Amino acid sequence: MTVVKKFLDQATLLDAASLESADQARPLTGNEAIARGAWEAGVRVAAAYPGTPSTEILESLARYPAEDIHAQWSTNEKVALDVAIGASFAGVRAMASMKHVGLNVAADALMSLTYIGVNGGLVIVVCDDPGIHSSQNEQDTRLLCRMAMVPCLEPSDAQEALDMTRFAFDLSERFDTPVIVRSTTRLSHTRSVVALGTREVPTGRTFREDPKKNVMIPAHARLKHPHLIEREQRLSGFFASSDLNRWEKADTAIGVITAGTPYTYIKEVLPTASVLKLVASYPLPIDLIQAFCQSVERVFVVEELEPAIETEIRAAGLDVFGKAFFPRTGEFSPEVVREAFENAGVLAPRAKVAPWPVQSPARPPVLCPGCPHTMSYMAIRALNARVAGDIGCYTLATIEPLRSIDTCVSMGSSIANAVGIAKAGTETKPIIATIGDSTFLHAGIPPLIDAVYNDANITVIILDNHITAMTGGQHHPGTGLTLRGETANRIDFEQMVRACGVTWVRRIDSYDVAEMYQTFREAASFKGVSVVISDRPCVIDPVRIKGPALAVNSDGCTACQSCMNLGCPALGWDDGLYDGHHKVKIDAALCIGCTLCAQICGSDCIQPAAR
Amino acid sequence: MTQTSASAPPTNVLIVGVGGQGVIMVSKVLAALCQRHGLQVKQSEVHGMAKRGGSVFSHVRFGEQVWSPIIPFGDADILVALEWAEGLRWLNCLKRDTGTFIADTQQIVPPVAFRDRRRGARSGYAPAAPAAILEMVGNGFALDATQIATGLGNPRFANTVLLGALATALPFPVDGWISVLKDMVPAATVIPNLQAFHAGRDWVESGSRPAEDTARPAGEGIAVTATFTHRLEITEAWCKGCDICVKMCPERCLRLNARRVAEVANPAACTACRRCEWLCPDFAIRVLTDAPLAAAAQ
Repeated sequence: MTVVKKFLDQATLLDAASLESADQARPLTGNEAIARGAWEAGVRVAAAYPGTPSTEILESLARYPAEDIHAQWSTNEKVALDVAIGASFAGVRAMASMKHVGLNVAADALMSLTYIGVNGGLVIVVCDDPGIHSSQNEQDTRLLCRMAMVPCLEPSDAQEALDMTRFAFDLSERFDTPVIVRSTTRLSHTRSVVALGTREVPTGRTFREDPKKNVMIPAHARLKHPHLIEREQRLSGFFASSDLNRWEKADTAIGVITAGTPYTYIKEVLPTASVLKLVASYPLPIDLIQAFCQSVERVFVVEELEPAIETEIRAAGLDVFGKAFFPRTGEFSPEVVREAFENAGVLAPRAKVAPWPVQSPARPPVLCPGCPHTMSYMAIRALNARVAGDIGCYTLATIEPLRSIDTCVSMGSSIANAVGIAKAGTETKPIIATIGDSTFLHAGIPPLIDAVYNDANITVIILDNHITAMTGGQHHPGTGLTLRGETANRIDFEQMVRACGVTWVRRIDSYDVAEMYQTFREAASFKGVSVVISDRPCVIDPVRIKGPALAVNSDGCTACQSCMNLGCPALGWDDGLYDGHHKVKIDAALCIGCTLCAQICGSDCIQPAAR
Repeated sequence: MTQTSASAPPTNVLIVGVGGQGVIMVSKVLAALCQRHGLQVKQSEVHGMAKRGGSVFSHVRFGEQVWSPIIPFGDADILVALEWAEGLRWLNCLKRDTGTFIADTQQIVPPVAFRDRRRGARSGYAPAAPAAILEMVGNGFALDATQIATGLGNPRFANTVLLGALATALPFPVDGWISVLKDMVPAATVIPNLQAFHAGRDWVESGSRPAEDTARPAGEGIAVTATFTHRLEITEAWCKGCDICVKMCPERCLRLNARRVAEVANPAACTACRRCEWLCPDFAIRVLTDAPLAAAAQ
């Protein structure tokens, strides 16, 4: 059953050690390569808030020595960027990384930063999520780059991710501008071999006292704005001659202008085309593009999501094809690109193979066995309330069987959404906002103060699982540990909520079913802002919790399946029936012994498993 | 710097499974092995939902030159499935006629499949049986890797058993696999992992490959009870509006009306589980069916 034979004749097996030392090359994901590039560029301060697919950038940076770099989790992306700006003011190279929607949070700082420019080089890494693998939208960061007039570099693989990140710091200092490196989920999470360099730390810069540059008052900002336009032109000229562009001269009938990951699909699907691969999608080197367009008969612009490059090229009066054939939504792949070229008449349609008639059951993501959010939402559902949700694992409570979240907008939206629902005066149900611990620290505090200030009749349930769980378990100010795992000052939620002016505050155990039902009911009947902190650690991070498993006494099970309302993956059907209904059993390997099902069981037939 | 694609197309291995099974470990071992053979490798995965029991996949492409990190649809040379239904989900990614399908027949039933409380309900998880699939695919191997790994002491080594089976489909020498495996697994588990690897190899190479059909998931294969009608009878005079039935109904089909008396809000959702009947402190609820309880119970 050998599939490939062609490569092995000349190949000799290298051992792991010689591989790492010999050519200084190693397999890195796009995110690890970005971190490496930043470290090599001599970055001294880096900050981020976790967000898929960008999270691993700071986690990777934290593996470099603490004396080389201060790497930190910040409470949100704006704070992270402001920290980086401060470090840049102080003369060192600095970086902030975030997911695409994180840049919305940081946009306020970015729009002024672009006027100010940099002292130490400042790079913002933004990871877009075409296809919405794990986000609330698929906005295109390149449009925000255009708005901020900040150059946007687009690597297409891990090697370029390292090289361009490193280069971005030089560019930043040379043109006195923040630089955005745009990654995508695919690049961030693809591992390939990357050649490494050494770290070089520029020295000699300290804080520059220059209010005209550093203090954005109207008089200064008015002077700065024309500089941005002039900088845009200089950057455009610089990119025109950059050797990081690739002009691959081949077939003159078809030319493709692209940047970032789509380049790899072009090489796969249309290897004969002439290609102009741009290092930066903003600002564009229009003269170079014009020369390219003249060298080929028909030009396609291939870019994921918005027609950012295409629109600019068309505005320059050049005739190109783009979104007429390529989708504006979703992630690209070789077959998406192929189909577009087929529709454009560039490629002959492939013979369609009739698919094998196989079906597979749906497998949506679920909350883990023993997840402390489970009971919170089961109790919330029992309240028959209007529930404003937020961003985190617990957004999974939108679907059956917990189905109890009515809205989810963006980080921290839940509380102010609830205020608005309350003030609209149309809702007769109790109004509840649910928000995770990390999300609350990110953007939940100002709206909580707003709710108190405006005396909104809402209940806020803080789901405190002591970690940023959705992104894979990152620390935050409520956990008492830093990115590097060192002890930190710990924020106490109860004190903080009281300091915001809330008088009705309870902390309850997320595994105590009766207390939970009772407390939620009391909180909902309180007039004004009430806050319940539902407190239990996440069962997988930072430590995997595994207690003794429970088991169903099948003789006692009346097959009511009330426990199944938890949606716990450890609960399934037994082979036995009661009155024609399926009895329940517990998978001991998955069960962590949280006892929620045992507390819910009406026939009291769920007990600790016999050992 | 004209780059025409004179080089041979890369080899594509798609590895799929359920979060937590070790999909990423299998793909990392393969990628590291390819790299040690001096081949270009790209390994691409999408996680984020992986920890939460969702479907997980990893693309590994290797050769002299690899461009796209994603395997074009229908171009996978080998599909390795750590879970049977996940294998079927991605089956059409496999190259027709020449593609090789290697799958664990282990079945992990998602909670969403047990959503039906009615009498004689079937689980929503019923993938096609291995024998039929292997006949269709032609070049396929379905082994109970989890059972093999359990026999070796820990079902978690099932992914290494499949790695052993995968090794027979690729031309790399066995020494290389073993060397990479030793480097990449925790020191304490090297010996059982190597045993699992060899068990997977032996299973394929021994040639005796019955299309294994594991036991169907629990709750399947039992007789479907004839459908029957049922209704709730609520004695209003006895109901004091305590709300217990409303809160505890698994299908949430009861409510208190304006007079705080229980009523059925959604009769279609009622599955006649009798929970309300048993929990009502005032005996105000009866579940009436046209099939006597004793006859329906087995």
